[in-house]
Amino acid sequence: MSTTPSTPEQPGGPAGIEEMPAAVPADLQDERLIASRGVRGAVSVFTSRLRSGDLGSLPVVVGLIIIWGVFQSLNSEFLSARNLVNLALQSAAVGTIAIGIVLVLLLGEIDLSIGSVSGLAAAIMGVTLTSRHWPLSAAVIAAILTGTVIGLAYGVIFTRFGVPSFVITLAGLLGILGLQLYVLGKEGSLNIAFTSALVEFAQQQFLAPAVAYGLVVLTAVAYLVSRLRSRARRAAAGLSTTPAWMLAVHVVALALVLAVAVLVLNQDRGVPYMFVLFLVLVVLMDLAIRRTGWGRSVMAVGGNVEAARRAGINVRFIYLSVFALCSTFAALGGILAAGRLAAVNQSSGGGDTNLNAIAAAVIGGTSLFGGRGSAYSALLGIIVIQSISSGLSLLNLDSSIRFMVTGAVLLLAVTIDSLSRRSRVAHGRA
Amino acid sequence: MTVTSPVATDTVLSMQGVSKRFGAVQALKDIELDVCAGEVVALVGDNGAGKSTLVKTIAGVYSPDEGDMTFDGRPVRVSSPAEAQHLGIATVFQDLALCDNLDVVGNLFLGRELRHHRALDEVEMERQSWQLLRQLSAKIPSVRIPVASLSGGQRQTVAIARSLLGEPKVVMLDEPTAALGVAQTAEVLNLVERLRERGLGVILISHNMADVMAVADRVAVLRLGRNNGVFDVSQTTSQDIIAAITGATSNPVSERAARRTSEESS
Repeated sequence: MSTTPSTPEQPGGPAGIEEMPAAVPADLQDERLIASRGVRGAVSVFTSRLRSGDLGSLPVVVGLIIIWGVFQSLNSEFLSARNLVNLALQSAAVGTIAIGIVLVLLLGEIDLSIGSVSGLAAAIMGVTLTSRHWPLSAAVIAAILTGTVIGLAYGVIFTRFGVPSFVITLAGLLGILGLQLYVLGKEGSLNIAFTSALVEFAQQQFLAPAVAYGLVVLTAVAYLVSRLRSRARRAAAGLSTTPAWMLAVHVVALALVLAVAVLVLNQDRGVPYMFVLFLVLVVLMDLAIRRTGWGRSVMAVGGNVEAARRAGINVRFIYLSVFALCSTFAALGGILAAGRLAAVNQSSGGGDTNLNAIAAAVIGGTSLFGGRGSAYSALLGIIVIQSISSGLSLLNLDSSIRFMVTGAVLLLAVTIDSLSRRSRVAHGRA
Repeated sequence: MTVTSPVATDTVLSMQGVSKRFGAVQALKDIELDVCAGEVVALVGDNGAGKSTLVKTIAGVYSPDEGDMTFDGRPVRVSSPAEAQHLGIATVFQDLALCDNLDVVGNLFLGRELRHHRALDEVEMERQSWQLLRQLSAKIPSVRIPVASLSGGQRQTVAIARSLLGEPKVVMLDEPTAALGVAQTAEVLNLVERLRERGLGVILISHNMADVMAVADRVAVLRLGRNNGVFDVSQTTSQDIIAAITGATSNPVSERAARRTSEESS
């Protein structure tokens, strides 16, 4: 096999938009690469990826469409603007917790105590706010820092003593629930005033239509600019670039999805502030995972701890930071949930919070085996779970059915994860 | 085979009288080893001869009980793998230590990612990856596929390329051709020659005599933790080396070879 003689640094040059650059980009010179150009090429790359088990977020998107279709046919209220706004409101709190779960899953670890941590954070905020009359900001910060401290403690126990995270956080699940009950004291239930800024934020604040559309345009433009910039840098470095038409398709698709969502939600109350906060957190974590050295280290530790350690990555710090972030997100989720309920009680963070958050991350496509996944799985997964929950309650089915259906969906998601993992290994995409 | 390399004159790494004990076991005793720039030294020996111990001593995993090490003309003591890397001694261990879920670029730059405005500079890392792989004439079809999808030889190539990013002076390869196919072995041997052309000192551990004879300039034989001769590949046969490895001119390998030739001739 002889490679064509070529200097490694040919400036590919932005030679026109649709036509191929005169020199073959540095990353496309190997003759074994299956050339795939144009629309047909893109489609064939996509299908071959799917066949080999690199499913990405496709199963969850397909699943979501099926779920929405089924519920809509059973009850025409389901896809109404009103119900979708409720869905967005319900998703934000547990979705925020699920972001943290995505992070620990990327390391191949687990945190079972997120429900308890969210309950404790809500309790601390509620007690300091109502009994101690702290200002809201101080109460919220205290509650969030409590989460951070708990996560750091997990991280220290994990890295110093090597106790499996499953056991540490199982102990945390019980211990922190106890702490929550202790903090709440005898009353066991606290109401947060409806005039509180937190409750208003979580229940009654929606983006004005003009602002919402403005944000859509801004997001699309920001996305376009960042893509164009990286495209220009790649061209300058003599590497292959995304064809302009594909870039346009991506930007238009993004803008369209966002615009339709805003359009529908605006028929009712609008886009909830709380949901926007959740979306911003998802995007920030996605950037942190994909674009920073820290995120690369997290993926490396999740893929092969020993390799990461030998590459000079501070593995301890990565574990510590991820456990701390996970508990911090759990605390924040607990506060948002308390705001939405306008109350804190002994069952805050109890019930299905824990498992819904974990299930959301897994259903969204983050692997339980570590090293694969994205922050967006928290968003997609929580929408699936809340859709099931909301659809079943619209049908007046009680929670027994809801648990069973959610359980079945979770099992299905994990089965798809395991199968696609096996297929990826066979097709060399693990 | 001509092994006269123009730069193979100055000794870059030299070990004198190195000894290492593990409890009652004398793993290494008075080992001498010299590696010049632009030279491939094969380190051979039977199982338990002390090859791995010697490599780990050089790499800073073990510290020797006795003996001196000279690197680049200066006496040095290496007490940790990081220190060895800092000096310019890169080691590619047998298990390669790659992250299967990351792509080639991610693995090459793992732990020393390039930044651009505090974010990862994927473009520059990809460009440098191609540059490095081209210099090594490495056959990697794409640097944006997970390492899991590469063949054994390609994975070895990635691991070796990664060790070169730190601009080392000496590269140690622990059984780089074990578990590789014929073509892949040839690819890795080409790569070793490419390292020599770059003026690096290469220490190659191998059980495979054919590989050793094909690529090494000198062969250092260890036997039961001691030096058992250093051979110039151009003036020796694999028979002599096997004799030194096993410690006898009459050994199972030569007996078997003799039997086969006598059977063929009869």
